Amino acid sequence: MSTSSIRSTEGAKAPSASVGDTMPILEMRHVSKSFGGVKALRDVDFSILHGEIHGLVGENGAGKSTMMKIIAGVHAGFEGEMLVSGHPVHFRSARDALAAGIGMVHQELSVIPDLSVAENVFLGHQPVTSTGVIDWRRMNDMAREQIASLGLNIDPTTRMGSLPVGLQQLVELSRVLFSGAKLIILDEPTSALSPPEIERLFTVLRRLRDDGRSIVFISHFLDDVLAIADRVTVFRNGEKVITEHAAKLTKDSVISHMIGRGSANMHMGESADLAADDSKPIVLSVQQASDGVMLHDVSLTLRKGEIAGVYGFMGCGLIELARTLFGKNTLKSGTLMIDGKSIRFSSTSAARQAGIAYVPENRKMMLFRTEPVFKNVSIAILDRIHSILLKTGREREISEAHIKDLQIRPPRTDIALGNLSGGNQQKVALAKWLTHLPQVLILSEPTRGMDVGAKEDVIRIVKALRDRGVAIVVLSTEPETILTLADRVTVMKKGMVVKEFTKGHIDKSDLLAAA
Amino acid sequence: MTLADSTKSPKSGLKQFLSDQMRNIAPIFTLIILVLFFSVQSPVFFSVDNLLNILSNASITGIIAVGLTFVILTGEIDLSVAALANAIGITMAFFTVQPDYVNIATIPLPGLICIILTIASAIALGGVTAFGVTKIGIPSFIMTLAMMQIANGVSALLVRGQIAYIFPDFITLLGAGKIFGLRWSIIVCALLLLFAHLVLTYTRFGRYVFMVGGNREAAEYSGVNVKMIIGAVMVISAACSGLAGMLGVAYFGSAQQNGFDDFLLTAISAVVVGGTSLFGGRGGIGNTIIGLLVLGVLNNGLDLIQIDSFLKILIRGLILLAALVINVYAQKLKEGTAEA
Repeated sequence: MSTSSIRSTEGAKAPSASVGDTMPILEMRHVSKSFGGVKALRDVDFSILHGEIHGLVGENGAGKSTMMKIIAGVHAGFEGEMLVSGHPVHFRSARDALAAGIGMVHQELSVIPDLSVAENVFLGHQPVTSTGVIDWRRMNDMAREQIASLGLNIDPTTRMGSLPVGLQQLVELSRVLFSGAKLIILDEPTSALSPPEIERLFTVLRRLRDDGRSIVFISHFLDDVLAIADRVTVFRNGEKVITEHAAKLTKDSVISHMIGRGSANMHMGESADLAADDSKPIVLSVQQASDGVMLHDVSLTLRKGEIAGVYGFMGCGLIELARTLFGKNTLKSGTLMIDGKSIRFSSTSAARQAGIAYVPENRKMMLFRTEPVFKNVSIAILDRIHSILLKTGREREISEAHIKDLQIRPPRTDIALGNLSGGNQQKVALAKWLTHLPQVLILSEPTRGMDVGAKEDVIRIVKALRDRGVAIVVLSTEPETILTLADRVTVMKKGMVVKEFTKGHIDKSDLLAAA
Repeated sequence: MTLADSTKSPKSGLKQFLSDQMRNIAPIFTLIILVLFFSVQSPVFFSVDNLLNILSNASITGIIAVGLTFVILTGEIDLSVAALANAIGITMAFFTVQPDYVNIATIPLPGLICIILTIASAIALGGVTAFGVTKIGIPSFIMTLAMMQIANGVSALLVRGQIAYIFPDFITLLGAGKIFGLRWSIIVCALLLLFAHLVLTYTRFGRYVFMVGGNREAAEYSGVNVKMIIGAVMVISAACSGLAGMLGVAYFGSAQQNGFDDFLLTAISAVVVGGTSLFGGRGGIGNTIIGLLVLGVLNNGLDLIQIDSFLKILIRGLILLAALVINVYAQKLKEGTAEA
């Protein structure tokens, strides 16, 4: 560490950071980056201190991922300067970054479920004996030590896949640590975790910080960010808005920085007044449904013109429930009734013909990225347009109408879907079910990973559909989504319905407490 | 409007076009180069007679390739096509009166019934493959490998090492006959190609075939009966192979064990060389036609320039490898441009 100039405004240090020197471990100066003419980052200054947990927030497309990918060596070309411990560096690959002590844990885990925990920790550099054979004993001992240093007690010979996701994530984190990373970037580490798992992760992160490591914590979950971070940086439209001590921020102030306007109307999804109306006719109901794996005795009733919200943590059976309703998974026991008649779907095609529409949680599962927009819209209604011969003109007309209604940008039917932004792709995914109103609409995570503007559009569309009489079920792990949309709420836990809210005022803490 | 909401900037027009069309351009370019090369090398290559020769050689492969195009477009594969063609050709001979010196226990039937029964057996075998792939869930690669062996077994049992020479008159006409100097097999193949093209381009079923190949999961979550589509293409493939088998034995003038040995590789090569994506969703009958012509011209030209016949085998392998490289590379390019 030599003498390098830093901004003295960073002087006041975070409450629990045990660091005397405030020299940044990483400093980015005047960084700009553009992709094909679109500026993803504009002249951003950004620094991370030794021994701090640095929260990074911003809407999708605000530039935080781009910045992290530059830091982690994924994007090699950019304008501006990057200094690690005061020395200018230029990474050509993630390997270069790792060699300089910068590691990243991505949102999607890259563990191998069929290998043991120790093998995962040492993936690619297992210790070997003098004869070149893997030294299992040493590997297991070292892995145990490594994991214990995070305050965890996991048998290193356990099969990785048998651990809960939260522990898998910590094992992956220990792999990055083990490779010598001093600065660790965590991308959405809490999105798949339950509150106790989050608490455990936070304990580990605090311990690492106290050991002098630096952590960048990227998340959409502002509560988590404010709970763990020492300082928080907000990005908006490719620019850094502010870097501030977390203690001086509130969720409201962060949101207002993120969206750039007063946050008075941004209490969306914090609480809701439910008004379930049992006099509305039942369209679809499941009773005591079990699939033999994830779902146990799930009962759910969908009514005409009502949005039923189903909330639960990741892995609680939401996805399986949605698939079962759409005929993708089969029921082991229990009944599924539409308009009072018991029914069993042999395929998703049968479910569609019975008037059920499904938008899965992952857009890739729903859309044909290399196909033009109009083919994506028309796929679910082809048999209604004509039984044998295609009528492409009609398909385009229908698509154009949807594009206008849903304000899909750019307003063109013939470009490949992959050229649209995520929010617009989600609108296309909805559009395919809107030509002929479905009886039942199943929405799995309808607003996940979308920026605020697109989120509001989707919410408006879904509510309009409800008002036109569609029975809608929204399944989400995000309480805000449920509270914004639902007229009644069912909470699931480990494949079972644990709580139902039908009337009165509920807020986020009610949901979290129930799940 | 945020950054994420705006459209990503379009790639420069030419680059986009080339990466989009690479799978179509490369085979046409290859065909032109081959035609030029052989025209210079051999005085008889560039003539109407030789063209007809190339076409009639490609016609039986072409009929098999039609069915295979459907299968490969859905991202599946059918390795049983050649064995099935042979088994069906032999089945047809089995239902036809053979001369005394052919020592096969045949069940002679009237020509029309024989033809109907034979086509029905092809469809039935396709149905077995479809059942295995869609209902039981055996990967098509393995299922059709098993079907290949089963078809070979049927052939062996029916023909018992003998050779059959007599087929129903109508089939003999289509397989070996000519009209205005043009072989009927070329006409049948051309009509089938045309029909398949119309089905793939202008019908709902055709769209489903492409969409299932493009993203099977998305097709399923859009309420497309994916299993039905995959089952259907397996049956279509078997029916095409069966037809090829019937015309083929008439074309060769004999039905015997191993009669169609070369056709599996040639038919798959034709589809792939033509540029239909091995991952499904891209390509079509147009590509298969170019692929058939490339292989036809190559085989014919290599004969004409008197190349070492053992080298020919190697050259065909190398051409197939080159086509595979382009095929996979084109897929990556396409995905790359949709991503960025």
